Amino acid sequence: MHDITRRTLLSGVALTALAPALRPAIAAADIAPKRGGILNTILTPEPPILVLGINNQAPTQLAGGKIFQGLLEYSFKLDPMPQLAKSWSVSDDRKTYTFKLQENVTFHDGHKLTADDVIFSIMKFHMELSPRARPIFSKIKEATAPDPHTVVLTLDSPFEPFLLMFDVTACAIVPKHIYEGTDFRTNPQNQKPIGSGPFQFVEWQRGNFLRLKRYDGYWVKDQPYLDEIIYRIIPDSQSRALALQTGQVQMTQANDIEPFDIPRFRAMPNLEVELKGWEYASQLSWIEINHRVKPLDDVRVRQAISHALDRSFILNKLWFGIGKVATGPIVSTTRYYDPSVAKLQAYNLDKAKALLDAAGLKPDGNGVRFTIKHLALPYGEVWMRLAEYFRTSLRKIGIEVVLETTDAGAWAKRIGDWEYETSTNFVSQFGDPTLGVERTYVSTNIKKVTFTNTGGYANPKIDALFQTARDSGDSAVRAKAFTEIQQILCEEIPQIWLMEMQWPTVHEKKLHNVIRTAMGPNAGFGEVFFG
Amino acid sequence: MNFARIARLSAQRIVKMVAVVLAIAVTNFLLIHAAPGDPASVIAGQSGAADPQLLAQLRAQFGLDKPLTTQLAIYIGHVLQGDLGTSFRQGRPVLGLILERLPATLLLTGTAFVFAIAAGITLGALAAQRVGRVADSLITVLALGFYATPLFWVGLMLVLVFSVWLNWLPSFGMETVGADLHGWAAVADTAQYLILPALTLGLFYMAVYARLTRAAMLEVASQDFVRTARAKGVPEGRILRRHILRNALLPVITFAGIQAGQLIGGSILVETVFAWPGIGRLAFDALLARDYQVLLGVFLVTSILVVLFNLLTDLLYAIIDPRVQTA
Repeated sequence: MHDITRRTLLSGVALTALAPALRPAIAAADIAPKRGGILNTILTPEPPILVLGINNQAPTQLAGGKIFQGLLEYSFKLDPMPQLAKSWSVSDDRKTYTFKLQENVTFHDGHKLTADDVIFSIMKFHMELSPRARPIFSKIKEATAPDPHTVVLTLDSPFEPFLLMFDVTACAIVPKHIYEGTDFRTNPQNQKPIGSGPFQFVEWQRGNFLRLKRYDGYWVKDQPYLDEIIYRIIPDSQSRALALQTGQVQMTQANDIEPFDIPRFRAMPNLEVELKGWEYASQLSWIEINHRVKPLDDVRVRQAISHALDRSFILNKLWFGIGKVATGPIVSTTRYYDPSVAKLQAYNLDKAKALLDAAGLKPDGNGVRFTIKHLALPYGEVWMRLAEYFRTSLRKIGIEVVLETTDAGAWAKRIGDWEYETSTNFVSQFGDPTLGVERTYVSTNIKKVTFTNTGGYANPKIDALFQTARDSGDSAVRAKAFTEIQQILCEEIPQIWLMEMQWPTVHEKKLHNVIRTAMGPNAGFGEVFFG
Repeated sequence: MNFARIARLSAQRIVKMVAVVLAIAVTNFLLIHAAPGDPASVIAGQSGAADPQLLAQLRAQFGLDKPLTTQLAIYIGHVLQGDLGTSFRQGRPVLGLILERLPATLLLTGTAFVFAIAAGITLGALAAQRVGRVADSLITVLALGFYATPLFWVGLMLVLVFSVWLNWLPSFGMETVGADLHGWAAVADTAQYLILPALTLGLFYMAVYARLTRAAMLEVASQDFVRTARAKGVPEGRILRRHILRNALLPVITFAGIQAGQLIGGSILVETVFAWPGIGRLAFDALLARDYQVLLGVFLVTSILVVLFNLLTDLLYAIIDPRVQTA
C-alpha cells in the first residue's frame, strides 16, 4: 500500500479505503504518546493577524496551522493525506472532486463544521482574499453539498494539481457563521480566531507572547497531547539562540535561528535539528535579474554570472549546509522535477569570462566590463552575506557590483515596481510547477507586484509549454512539458538559481512527532507530545 | 509667589503647545509617506504570493487610494477628535495598542531612571569625596566604561553571565507565561525579568549621573561659601550633604529632566535584546511594516508627553527659582 504512486492517487482510482493508510505510523515504536506539558517556542517576526487567508506570512502559517485546518495534508512526497476530509475521489473525466468530511468536527465555539463551511471557505472566503487560490478556485464551476459531510467540486476543465490546494496554508476552513456577510478583513473575530484545529486561541499580548491551549472538543481521539503551546515573541536572533540554549524555549523553527548558530545546536546532546518539512513550500532562492537592464538581457551574461557563483560555497559557508544546491528552476522536492535535464552552469571563472568576451563586454583599464546594482534582501544577516559574496564573485570576472541596502518595505516596493537591476529573492513552489514556478517565467504574468514575473523574462515557447502543462489533465503530457521547460530554462537561466531552501527545526529530543509531513512545523501538532 | 503670572504663562504655553503638536503631526505624516513602500506592498511582499487585486483591495481598505492631501486632512480631522485611527495590519485601534504597550515601557524606563539617579549620585558623591584616591579612580573608570560601551553589548554580557552561566535570571520576556501568578508572586516574578533590562538601560545613565555629580561637586567644593562653612566649624559630613551636594545637583536635575522626556519613547535596543514588549518596539515594527497609523500614533503621543514635560520643567523652574525667567 505504501507504493501507491502520485499518479494513481490523482487520477481517480478509488481512494476512500486507502487514504487513511497513508498517514505515517506514529513515531518511535517504543514510546506511547503522553498527555500534558506546555511547549514554549518562538514566533518570528510577530504576525499582524492569525487568520490564514486574511494574512499569509510565514509566522501566521506557523501559529494559524495550529488553530485552523485544511481538508488535506501532504506527505513528504506530496501525496495527499486526510485532515478534515477523511477521503476523496476524482471522477474519470478528472473534473469532479468529491470530498467526504470527518464527522464530529466542531469549531472552537462549539458550532459543527459542515460542508457549508467548506464551500463558503473555498468559494467566498479564499476566492475573495487569496491571490494564490483565486485563479484556481475560479475554475470551480459548481460547488455542492449533497449532504452535510460531502462536498462536490466540479471544475470547468481538468486541473491536475488541484488536490495540492487544500492544505491549511492554501485553504484553511473558516466558520461560515462568523464570516458570512461581513467584511472578512475587518471582522472583529479576526482578533480572536476560531478554527477547528487541535489548539484554540487564548491570549495574545502583542510584542510578548501568544498563548494557545488544547481544544478539548478536538475531533481526533485523545489528541492533542500538549496542554498549551506558547509562542514567545523574541525579535533579536541572538536572544532567540540563548532562549533555546538555556531551555527557556523547547523548540525553534523557520528563521528563528541564524544558520551560523546551527552547528553549535547540533552539538548539544539534548537537541535535535531537523531539516525536513519544507517539501510543500519548496522555496528556491535566486539572484533576481531584471531583464530590462542591459546587458542582463543577454543570455551569455546570465550564463557567465551563473558560472561565476560557487553554489557549494554558498550552501556550506553561508548556510552551513542547510539546504541543497539548486539544479534548475524546479526544486527537487517539487513534482515533475527531472534530474536528467536539470543541470546548471558549473562554477568556472574561465568559462564565465569567455562568455562575457563573446558578448562583446571587454574589460576596461581597471578590469571592469560593466557595473550593476544589487539590492540586498533585507531578511537577516545571512542574506547580506550572500549579497557580499555576489559582489566579490562577480568582481573576479570583471563585473562591478554596487550594493544597495534597504528595509523590507522598500524592498517589496522596489521589486514590485521593477526598480532594481539585480536583487535576491526566494519563492515558494507549492508542490507543483504550475502552482509556484510558472508565475516567475510566463510573459502573461509580467506585473507590477511582487512574486509575479517581475524580471520581465519573455519567451513564447516557455509560455506555450506552461500553458500545455496547466491545461492538461494528463500527467504524462505535463511531465513532458515540464521536462522541456527545465531544459530550456537551464540554458536561458532567466533567474540565477542558487539554493533549494530548508529551514532548521530545532527541538528537545524529548519532544516527539514534531516533523511528520510536508507542512513541517506549520502542521497542527495534535500528535506532538513530551516523552 | 505670583500665581496669576504662572496661570497666564501656562495658558500661553498651552496654546503654543497645541500648535507645536499639530505641526509635529503634519510633519510626521509627510515624512512617513516619503519613505518608499506602503503597507500594502509590505504585506504583498510577505505573503509569498500576490496579485494586483490584492494590492488594490488592501489600498482601498487602508484608504491609501485617496490623494495624499485628502489622507492628511482625514488624519488630522480624526486626531482633532481624539481618534488615532486603526492599525492597518492588526485591524485594532491605535490608541489601544499604545496604551497596551505603555505600562511595560514605563516600568522598564522608570526603574532604570530611579536606579540610574540613585546609583549615579551615590557613586559620584563617593568619588568626589575621595578624589584622587583608589575609590575615585575605580568609580571613574567604571563610569567611563559604561558610558562608552554600547547598550546591546552590555545587555548580551549580562545575559551571558546571569542567564547562561549562573542561570539566576531569565534572559527575555517580562513574565512567566502560563504561570497565572497573582499579587506579590506576580510582582516578584516580573521583578526577576525586569532586573537585566533595567540594569542594561540604567547603567549608561548611571555613568552619566556619576560623572556629572562628581564634576559638579568638585567645582562647588572649591567655592567660597564652602570654605566659609568649613571655617565656621561645620562638620565635614554636613558640608558634603548640605552645602556641596545640594548645589551640585542642579545640573544633574537638568539632565534628569531631559531623560524623563525620553522615558516615554522607550528604548528600542533594550526592548529588542530582552524581548520586552514596550512601545519602542511597537514603533520600530510599525516602521518596518509601514503601518503608518501606529507609527503616527506613537509619535503623536510621545511628542505630546515631551511637550508636557517641558512645560512642567519650565513651570517648576519658575516656582523654585524666581531668577529663571519663563519666556
